Amino acid sequence: MSVLAANKPAYDGQTLDLSGKSGARAFKNTLATVLIVLAFAVALIPLLWILWTVISKGYSLLFDANWWSQSQRGVTVRREGGGAYHAVMGTLIMGLITAAIAVPIAILGAIYLVEYGKGTKAARAVSFMVDILTGVPSIVAALFVYAVWITVFGFNRVGFAVSLSLVLLMLPVVLRSTEEMLKLVPDELREASYALGVPKWKTILKVVVPTAFGGIVTGVMLGLARVMGETAPLLILVGYSKNINLNPFDGFMGALPTMINQDRTELALEPAADRVWAAALTLILLVLALNLLARLVARFSAIKSK
Amino acid sequence: MAKRIEVGGLNVYYGDFKAVEDVSMTIEPRSVTAFIGPSGCGKSTYLRTLNRMHEVIPGARVEGKVMLDQQDLYATGVDPVAVRRVVGMVFQRPNPFPTMSIFDNVASGLKLNGVKDRKKLTAVVEQSLQAANLWNEVKDRLDKPGAGLSGGQQQRLCIARAIAVEPEVILMDEPCSALDPISTLAIEDLIEKLKDRFTVVIVTHNMQQAARVSDQTAFFNLAATGKPGRLIEMGPTKQIFSNPNEKATEDYITGRFG
Repeated sequence: MSVLAANKPAYDGQTLDLSGKSGARAFKNTLATVLIVLAFAVALIPLLWILWTVISKGYSLLFDANWWSQSQRGVTVRREGGGAYHAVMGTLIMGLITAAIAVPIAILGAIYLVEYGKGTKAARAVSFMVDILTGVPSIVAALFVYAVWITVFGFNRVGFAVSLSLVLLMLPVVLRSTEEMLKLVPDELREASYALGVPKWKTILKVVVPTAFGGIVTGVMLGLARVMGETAPLLILVGYSKNINLNPFDGFMGALPTMINQDRTELALEPAADRVWAAALTLILLVLALNLLARLVARFSAIKSK
Repeated sequence: MAKRIEVGGLNVYYGDFKAVEDVSMTIEPRSVTAFIGPSGCGKSTYLRTLNRMHEVIPGARVEGKVMLDQQDLYATGVDPVAVRRVVGMVFQRPNPFPTMSIFDNVASGLKLNGVKDRKKLTAVVEQSLQAANLWNEVKDRLDKPGAGLSGGQQQRLCIARAIAVEPEVILMDEPCSALDPISTLAIEDLIEKLKDRFTVVIVTHNMQQAARVSDQTAFFNLAATGKPGRLIEMGPTKQIFSNPNEKATEDYITGRFG
């Protein structure tokens, strides 16, 4: 073989066309690039616009210490002053109760779907129900809880009722994202754990869930961000209170979306308008802060184990 | 440690499909037994029945007997989790736990089974890494993630993890097929060392590897695609590679097919 190869001429004398300059292809490439960049920019415009509007109109009140420490007690739409403490606390309390109920159910449900029920009729039924739940509008969830909590059981309109309806909205979001994250965990890791004689439940708890932890936290945050901005359940299930009420089981409760709704009617009046924008910005910051916190938790737990 | 495995009339099914048919063999303790054969002949499937790992796949079941010394692994009341504690496994692709450090990876088998004694864990981790010829390379960075090692190191980490739980038998499913020749050599040296303490069973596509590391070789084949795999012959590696009894074995080993 090598003798033959040595006797062959080094070049066969033909030059291949490697220039690849095809006008039509180059044009299509440029066109596609421009379109993609444009689409990106168009998608970005509303986001930046919203941020700019909210920040520019709402930032001034946020530097006022009263904003973070006082309620709207006794403040009318024509008057300046007061704060959003009652609404921030209301939103946080209702949001955290919602998460405390929805997150365990969602994560356990996702674990069932991925680890135990794969391919069974029960899993398909659960999956189908979750799909339906994803499509339920917030006002329908609120009316359902109203019908059960208030009409049937005869309880009052309180913060906890809002949390119950928000659970219905948060559950499918967290369950779906957790399910996707668990599916991404390679089977090889599960097998490695089984091969060490580790039982299935412990494999899930100590290997599968920690591997997917970052993604699960992100899903929880997305779910929480979604429900903290919901307004319909607040309007239906708990009245807006300008006073500080930290008890989710008794009385009306302030919340940022309903605070915005309260002052929105008098947007022509400057004090009210200021408060609307400041409350909107506060809500955005609250979600952002929770997001950052969750990322820190996820990162901290990852480093700790490394 | 190290126990003899005796398999009698073993059939493996995936649902209705018969993947492996009528395998009987004896695997000697403190020796290396290699399974060779073309792809799809059921040697990996069969290997996984030796620690009931096939049960992870829905619909997989076996008929027949797998005896570990005097105990039937498929007798009623036998817990597959308990079986896997005594019959460990190393996989084709290195699969260290990505959320754990090198130390925790090796200690995982003990930790996940409830051992908390730090002194014991430290001792076991060092012994296991020594035994896996990895200690000198990682002793300064035991707290670093296991996934940061090279492929060959990761595979030795997985072997260290498997031997840390002190199994009787170690099953290896093509442990070198994802590795470069140098790393492969390191693993082969390690297998040589492991057989002093364990019963080692290795599936390999590399016939030179089977010839180098094993004492006994079993050749599997299948009649045609869609037919179940069978054990064609088994014997001392020297004899299988120099003077096999079956024509099919000779053809496969000399590279005439497969």
